[in-house]
Amino acid sequence: MAKTHVTMKVNGAEVEGLVEPRTLLVHFIRENLQLTGTHVGCETTHCGACTVDLDGMSVKSCTVFAVQANGSEIITVEGMANPDGTLSALQEGFRMMHGLQCGFCTPGMIMRAHRLLQENSSPTEQDIRMGMSGNLCRCTGYQNIVRAIQYAAAKLNNVEFKEAAE
Amino acid sequence: MIPGPFSYHRPASLADAVKLLADLGDDARPLAGGHSLVPMMKLRLATPAHLVDLHDVADLKGIRGYGDTVVIGAMTTQHELLASGEIRQTLPILQEAAALIADPQVRYCGTIGGNVANGDPGNDMPALMMVLGANFRLNGPGGERDVPANEFYQGAYFTALEPGEILTSISIPVPPAGHGYAYEKLKRKVGDYATAAAAVVLTMAGGKVATCAIGLTNLHETPLLATDAANAVIGTSLDAATLKKAAAAAEAIMAPAADARGPVEYRKHVGGIMVMRALQRAAGGTA
Repeated sequence: MAKTHVTMKVNGAEVEGLVEPRTLLVHFIRENLQLTGTHVGCETTHCGACTVDLDGMSVKSCTVFAVQANGSEIITVEGMANPDGTLSALQEGFRMMHGLQCGFCTPGMIMRAHRLLQENSSPTEQDIRMGMSGNLCRCTGYQNIVRAIQYAAAKLNNVEFKEAAE
Repeated sequence: MIPGPFSYHRPASLADAVKLLADLGDDARPLAGGHSLVPMMKLRLATPAHLVDLHDVADLKGIRGYGDTVVIGAMTTQHELLASGEIRQTLPILQEAAALIADPQVRYCGTIGGNVANGDPGNDMPALMMVLGANFRLNGPGGERDVPANEFYQGAYFTALEPGEILTSISIPVPPAGHGYAYEKLKRKVGDYATAAAAVVLTMAGGKVATCAIGLTNLHETPLLATDAANAVIGTSLDAATLKKAAAAAEAIMAPAADARGPVEYRKHVGGIMVMRALQRAAGGTA
């Protein structure tokens, strides 16, 4: 099958590659670009571990072909740290609130939460739970993931993070 | 989980897309959001030789209000529907239903056109289109034509679309201001198709139902308009006996498949409950 030339901007850098049309975006990111932070979880559009930011949308990169993303702008978890290499507010939130255990779902969680906070800078707990409903975690029970995102929202809004009363 | 090989086409105009699909014939499939088709391709249950990606066709995008009608381009995503002020004001039931489709990531990609034109009995929008009296604009080798939603669905994955034809836009008459609406969907988890779902749009006058339409999702091989059930509530104040009568009339036309979502009897039973809940909530929301 003839290969197609694609170009994208990934984490701010122009990249290119030759792909078969059937190459999934997640495989292009992991194998061609060697950015293995984006995980392949279920491969069936359910778990959200492969979530990346594509032109301002959270998408499951196991269900998009790389050719569809030709010319687009992508952010993966490797692009989430602050420019000086320190942790972003979201990454810090996941660390401080113990928002992960095994960590497999975390790149997808952080990428989805990033877009959620871009669209809604002060989400309620319900907004967070609905907004994160396309990402599965088998360890945490989600409580600490919600707290991690609340922590990040507070930090980004320059307000003190207050735990909701139990 | 790697799809079979295919050639990828990305036409820039509707005319080019239609011509490509006509020339390539049965080996080609249009690609909208891809969140029904790509999973099927990964399972090799679909092996199209050509994909015609519709994303660059500007004519298929956008939501336009014309007072008494709203026209929604087929490539409008569920996410865009949820964000649209026009839809919030004129067709809020579409937002209620869109929020129950799949999950946030899928809604950024999934389109209303793909949802209504795929012919999957599990899709949520078709029953709403029937309830709202929508018209589908189709474009193909034979030119342009309009088909009412009520005449579009012929069987599971079998619609009025002719070979080479695609859905380009959906035209929906705006329901009267103050109308009541509800979409009640029972599902096992976020992202699941409906075990049973019911859509209701109604108007009330003097405490009684003046007009009513009821649609059913995933309770037959096509979406259904439950006309007898709707007629049973007109002129009533939706008392308990009437609700039961409407549920029974709706159950009489249901023929769901027995699958992991439950046996036939269960799905019909909860289908009736969805009808009753949707009627009550729709009536409670009228102005």
